[in-house]
Amino acid sequence: MIMHPAALALLATALLVSGMGVHAGYQGMRILAKWDIRSGSELQLELERKTYLVSTVMSNILVFQLMSLFLYIYTADSLYPLFTGAMCAAGSLNANSFGYPVLSLKVLNFLLAGVWLIVNYADNKGYDYPLIKIKYELLNLLIPLLMLESFLLLGYFAGIKPDIITSCCGSLFSHESGSFSGEIAALPHIPMKIAFFSGIALTFVSGLFFFFKGRGGTLFSVVAILTFLVSAAALVSFVCLYFYELPTHHCPFCLLQKEYGYVGYAMYATLLGGGVAGLGTGVLMPLKKHGSMAQIIPPLQRRLALVTLFCYLLFTLIASWKMYFSALRMG
Amino acid sequence: MIELSSVTKTFNSGKPNQFTAVDNVSLTIEPQKVTVLKGPSGSGKTSLLTVIGCMARPSSGRIFLRGIEAALKYQQESDGQVEITSLPESFLNDIRRDTFGFIFQQFNLIKGISVLENVMLPAYPSGESRNDIRCRALELLEMFSITRHAGQRVELLSGGEQQRVAIARALINNPSIVIADEPTAHLDSKLSYEFMAIVEKLKNAGKTIIIASHDPIVFDAALTDMLIEMRDGSIVESRKRS
Amino acid sequence: MNIVFERHLNILDFTLSSLLRRKGKNLSLLTMYLMVIFMLASLVFFVTALKREAAILLRDAPDMVVQRLVAGRQDLVPTQYADSIASIRGVNGVRPRLWGYYYDGLNGANYTIVADDYMASSPESAVIGNGIARSRSMVVGDLLPLISYDKAPLMLQIRSILPSESDLMAADLIVITSEDFRTLFKFPTGLATDLAVDVGNPKELATVAAKIAQQFPDSRPILKSEILRTYQAIFDWRGGMVVIILASALLSFVIFAWDKATGLSAEERKEIGILKSIGWSTSDVLLLKFWEGVVISLTAFLLGVVLAYGHVFFLSAPLFAQALKGWSVIYPDFRLSPNVDGYQLAVLFFLTVVPYTAATVIPCWRAATTDPDSAMRS
Repeated sequence: MIMHPAALALLATALLVSGMGVHAGYQGMRILAKWDIRSGSELQLELERKTYLVSTVMSNILVFQLMSLFLYIYTADSLYPLFTGAMCAAGSLNANSFGYPVLSLKVLNFLLAGVWLIVNYADNKGYDYPLIKIKYELLNLLIPLLMLESFLLLGYFAGIKPDIITSCCGSLFSHESGSFSGEIAALPHIPMKIAFFSGIALTFVSGLFFFFKGRGGTLFSVVAILTFLVSAAALVSFVCLYFYELPTHHCPFCLLQKEYGYVGYAMYATLLGGGVAGLGTGVLMPLKKHGSMAQIIPPLQRRLALVTLFCYLLFTLIASWKMYFSALRMG
Repeated sequence: MIELSSVTKTFNSGKPNQFTAVDNVSLTIEPQKVTVLKGPSGSGKTSLLTVIGCMARPSSGRIFLRGIEAALKYQQESDGQVEITSLPESFLNDIRRDTFGFIFQQFNLIKGISVLENVMLPAYPSGESRNDIRCRALELLEMFSITRHAGQRVELLSGGEQQRVAIARALINNPSIVIADEPTAHLDSKLSYEFMAIVEKLKNAGKTIIIASHDPIVFDAALTDMLIEMRDGSIVESRKRS
Repeated sequence: MNIVFERHLNILDFTLSSLLRRKGKNLSLLTMYLMVIFMLASLVFFVTALKREAAILLRDAPDMVVQRLVAGRQDLVPTQYADSIASIRGVNGVRPRLWGYYYDGLNGANYTIVADDYMASSPESAVIGNGIARSRSMVVGDLLPLISYDKAPLMLQIRSILPSESDLMAADLIVITSEDFRTLFKFPTGLATDLAVDVGNPKELATVAAKIAQQFPDSRPILKSEILRTYQAIFDWRGGMVVIILASALLSFVIFAWDKATGLSAEERKEIGILKSIGWSTSDVLLLKFWEGVVISLTAFLLGVVLAYGHVFFLSAPLFAQALKGWSVIYPDFRLSPNVDGYQLAVLFFLTVVPYTAATVIPCWRAATTDPDSAMRS
């Protein structure tokens, strides 16, 4: 267990987020069980009030989730000197088997919380509470994941044992066999370049088609999500190399450092923003048929598609700009 | 026009202290007329006003709005009639803010802020620019000749002046319907007559006015078009004056 | 877009006037909030600054130090070890080091004495840290008398005083020649305190260390990275412990904030009722409460951070110094070089603003869902 102030802050936040999530989920269950829009009873009025609580809690969770994602990476980065062989956050996250699962869950939970808020936004626009059941069922999907994240986070920090000097000898010898790789396995860069640029191009074609014709929303969403994953892999595989100007440092985290002008924040923000909007477009597809949603969802989806395209465009521009101007040349 | 059909409002339902404030009331309120709800305290006037004014949802029964612009986007059929009891609170609230102006018995002004700010307050959430709101508020203060108090803190005003501030506030969103709950309860006769003069002005300006009162100055006034007498949550008599 | 913006602006405007109207209540909340942020910010700044000092200090340290252990305790290293180590492949050079501690009965302080023939170029002269210069009020040219182990005084002329840039370790430093060092401590010839090993390629450090350990089973090679790591772990651990201690303060603050937010005064409750009755929706009041939280948090955060900055970097953290820095009579006056970054602020934000926000969500929602008709029933 390490007692780093940031680790404590992250743990406390994770606990708060799951606590709030569990409360929201509980209220959601009550709403699911007792909801009757026709009724003017006091119970129904109370449940309607609770919907405000749940949306407020969820917006808080989304914000905390996004910020803690970056704090987590940053903390991992500040911990790397504790581990033999670690050069940056990539190494610290490898310090035990919880590091990367926590990171992936943080991203996943951010995406899901974002999608939930998109659905919630659509529902609040409808005068007949059309998505109320679906919304709270979705919520119950998210809560266990939030709890799992806190649990794994605890596991990660609890399992960290810094390689410090012991009284008998330097740590080196107690750790001879336990030294681990500080680097992330990366996919070969030429296929990834092809995959990345064709993914972005496909997203644009399907996105623009959807925007103008109003059809092919599901296809667009699937393409956008695949592109999200491909872009993340591309970031590790080759994009970051151009920033570091090193042919071997496949680390997606150092981009967040001052040395690289904090460019990582812009890249992750655009990628995550585009991912949430793209996923949201797809999740809204089957909800169109509910009551008043037929008028509300299509324009919302168009806007979301535009957001996705805009975010991905920015991401691609930043990446290509650096690929073009970087001192690094790859064969 | 507002139409209530067998509206009931029950508090603390299912508990020992359950009581029915409004009991199976059906009623139609004509546009651009003055309607007065008359009855002793506890007869359900105030509860009925909150239901009419979209402030509270009835426990059962239905309310229809007809010819009210803010509600039109929620109409289910194309007859210009909107049933509002199943609308979510936020939508009801939009309708209420644009359609109704409220004048309360206790004036309900917010202490510690200026007269002008009190008048502007209901318009804040609409997202209008503060300059526009301020211009309208100043016009209203002018109309009720309290402009010179605009910057003063509201609790420093006399009762009659406070009521005029409350009326100005009720009119800031240019509502088509003005609802007043016991408006003359805290006024002496002279001020009560002044209030009725203002009501006449509003009526002439084309507003629908609904007043709950047990003050003869109000319900005996010549400008009252419709008098509804209530007791124990029900309407005992309703008569039209011509 | 403009409508959304204006709505926020209007509501924010009302938030500010509401906050100012209830100065008493909000000031007490703000004061508590500010105190908590101040304490935590001081702590985070201080720990980070100490880590940085340690890193600066170790910048010039050798990549590897070889000590000798006798019966599990550190002992003097024979200088002939140096020659064998120098012959290991990859080793660029080995330097026997002489250093130790000297207790000064005059002011009850421990000095660190280091032999360096280059810095203290002539016999009976010394370069001293500014902590000693201050406590003994000495200037360049003065004589510093030290009592050697055979009770004979050793008069050292001060040639220069070390700059205060990296003060943590240099404050109590006295640099003298190795000859004076051996006289002072009656230090046996042919032995050194430890050996500084210079390895050309950092990747070979581990291999070289392993070879040394194999060749001299009584030796203990320590790498610079290990020292750095140990320092960091210790400072982090201390920082974390203090956070745990401060957690009780944090918790009581959160309960206080929750209580303040729940126990709305009758006046406030009425006010929200009025707002609801004149056309504000639940979301509008939630927005009002949101801005209230933002204004209070931001004010407390900025003030707390600024105060902590002064506390740590101008006043040298009198509240924490003893707990976190270690112990020494010489240290009290040392000043850390200011260094605050976004990461520290983010940690602070998570330790304070996030719990505050979480504690006030439900009370704010409860206030916002006041019935609009409650204003008519009072």
